[in-house]
Amino acid sequence: MLIQVNGDNLEIQEGASVADLIAQLELGERRVAVELNLEIVPRSRHADTALSQGDRVEVVHAIGGG
Amino acid sequence: MSEQQNDPLIIAGRSFQSRLLIGTGKYRDLEETRLAIEASGAEIVTVAVRRTNLGQNPDEPNLLDVISPDKYTILPNTAGCFNAEDAIRTCMLARELMDGHDLVKLEVLGDQKTLYPNVVETIKAADVLVRDGFKVMVYTSDDPIVAKELESLGCVSIMPLGSMIGSGLGILNPHNINVIMEDCKVPVLVDAGVGTASEAAFAMEMGCEAVLMNSAIAGARNPMLMASAMRKAIEAGREAFLAGRMPRKKYASASSPMEGTIVSK
Repeated sequence: MLIQVNGDNLEIQEGASVADLIAQLELGERRVAVELNLEIVPRSRHADTALSQGDRVEVVHAIGGG
Repeated sequence: MSEQQNDPLIIAGRSFQSRLLIGTGKYRDLEETRLAIEASGAEIVTVAVRRTNLGQNPDEPNLLDVISPDKYTILPNTAGCFNAEDAIRTCMLARELMDGHDLVKLEVLGDQKTLYPNVVETIKAADVLVRDGFKVMVYTSDDPIVAKELESLGCVSIMPLGSMIGSGLGILNPHNINVIMEDCKVPVLVDAGVGTASEAAFAMEMGCEAVLMNSAIAGARNPMLMASAMRKAIEAGREAFLAGRMPRKKYASASSPMEGTIVSK
């Protein structure tokens, strides 16, 4: 199925969870925050939050800024 | 014990020894960032929240590995947001990123050319964020009425600009900052505009509780040396404020006694 991650289309397996997405993006070790269709998905819920076709996901991290 | 040692900065009930807050943008690399922060003595360090580059090298060092949240109070900002909605979303993501840590720097900007705060959107965002439990340190213009409005909404710190972000023009309207400080019950920090150490000291001598800066250090030829200079300037300015300056006089007043002076004629 097709979802959108940080504005780009991404093909992901049917029934994948947020945790699966993080693993597919190789971000498992990094400190990131995830928003799914404008709602925060807490880290503790990544594994049991399923993604659906057309979902819009934002994955963010901290960078230098003033 | 000196007055200085017993003079913590208190923001949202948390106590800090350093009155210098610094940003982590514009440095050459993470090592320079780390060294500058260490030289500055800052305890509160701002970071930006951005989309993770997908497909980047997973071993690439992460800012929060270098500036550990165990060692520093991380202050996520909403820099780059031009409306309340984006700023609110950014704060929500930041809180999740920082495991529930709810201290944020709210800035909602007006346009790219001036990076001047859009106070209408700032007020909207502050209202929502405070109700949601965030401790909001808010970047704003040096307008005393706007500052009062933000304070009444429950912001934990009011942070008027000295001059435009990244301009290094210093504190262009000290009178307004003074008017803001007169009535404000929460800490007033100068955020943005400071270009060199004397300007940081000046802000502190005026009675500002602290100064937040980024470009003045990152943009110096030697950021580590400027970070150290800023640390001293902030401390010197604070001590001078606490000491209370002598009154200005119109004419001279001799420091040495006149009595006993040798006289030829």
